[in-house]
Amino acid sequence: MKPAPFAYHKAASLADAIALLGQHSDARLLAGGQSLIATLNMRLSAPTLLIDINGIAGLAEIAVQDRAGKSFVEIGALVRHAQAERSDLIARHAPLIARAMPFIAHPAIRTRGTLGGSIAFADPAAEMPACLLALDGEVDAQGPDGKSTIKAADYFQGLYETALGSQDVLTGFRVPAADKDSRFGFAELARRHGDYAIVGLAASARAHGAGLADVRLAFFGVGNTPLRAEKSEAALAAGDIEAAVAALDLDPHDDIQATPEVKKHLAGVLLRRVAAQLMEAR
Amino acid sequence: MAELIMDITLTVNGEPVSERVEARKTLVDFVRDDLGLTGSHVGCEHGVCGACTMRVDGEIVRGCLMLAVQCDGATVETIEGLSDQGEVADLQAAFEQRNALQCGFCTPGMVTAAQAILLQAKASGTVPSREEIREHISGNYCRCTGYHAIVDAVETVAKARAGAKA
Repeated sequence: MKPAPFAYHKAASLADAIALLGQHSDARLLAGGQSLIATLNMRLSAPTLLIDINGIAGLAEIAVQDRAGKSFVEIGALVRHAQAERSDLIARHAPLIARAMPFIAHPAIRTRGTLGGSIAFADPAAEMPACLLALDGEVDAQGPDGKSTIKAADYFQGLYETALGSQDVLTGFRVPAADKDSRFGFAELARRHGDYAIVGLAASARAHGAGLADVRLAFFGVGNTPLRAEKSEAALAAGDIEAAVAALDLDPHDDIQATPEVKKHLAGVLLRRVAAQLMEAR
Repeated sequence: MAELIMDITLTVNGEPVSERVEARKTLVDFVRDDLGLTGSHVGCEHGVCGACTMRVDGEIVRGCLMLAVQCDGATVETIEGLSDQGEVADLQAAFEQRNALQCGFCTPGMVTAAQAILLQAKASGTVPSREEIREHISGNYCRCTGYHAIVDAVETVAKARAGAKA
């Protein structure tokens, strides 16, 4: 199908984009467009105005910066998946994101799609929202009232629903930079490589003696948002993988890909794989 | 200003193009309908099938997931351009020799996608494995061949180009 008619504006600045969002209640921001344009083509959405933010300077940078004595990887909203995939900074300081990149769609989509757009769209089966939650990251937004920062735990609120206001532009996000004790795991199951996950799992932890501490398991494709599995995290920190699998308290809906029973079983399969990854030395 | 119809100027297959387009027109519809370049095919129109794969500013994209108005000032290359330049002549010959196409609907997108991994391999001085080739073309559907022959063709060219370089 073809999109319904809409007007197009290439925003010159964040202020320009924010002002237009205020004037047009049904405008949509266009970043990579790899989800948005598909929904326009299928007429699942029909905004009257697209505000293209691709020309706004300063939103496509990756940097490592210290904030309050801690080191963070700062990722601008317009950093594309292909750019992150090739980035030495991401590979060294945010290895979970590096590990997730090849699972995201296909090369011709990763050249356009943005990490920020994925987090703003908050598809429940997408990789980046789960990575943000597993890494305990935070999102930067700018709106008519100025800048705000939202913790990952407060950011994902429902199906495609986030803490961003209707006039907010996601400008970037940050995750803690990895150090020698950081451990990461990532796995997902899809019918075809690059398709949306049936079930996926992004995880982080810290090496603690011979075991793990601060385990964070963020499942995706099993609910309306990426979901922590806190009972399993505690079991994994105690060193018991089978207890962690038994403690999974996910309650997935069925979808076109799998029944709830299959998804729950596959979540256990992924947890065993990711637990093994977490326990590997870096 | 926000407009429903806009004037754009871009380079398509090396030639300057200035056209008036609807903001809602996708890049693949623009090259097919406005420029008559029908080598890029329209399949699923939501980014799944890969039949519309083309290059914008040197990188492969989905022609159905970009708007023509986003390409104002850009350099666009379609299968017609790649073909006329001879850039993919060896790939096209290998596709024919290996029976890597039957109906041919996916072939322009498949060749354009395959050329991207071959260029990456050349830049890094490596030869992609069959597994890497499969993963790279996972975003391009072919309903005729079962993919083996396509992987054969791409692998043949990868090895030949690496050999020719040495």
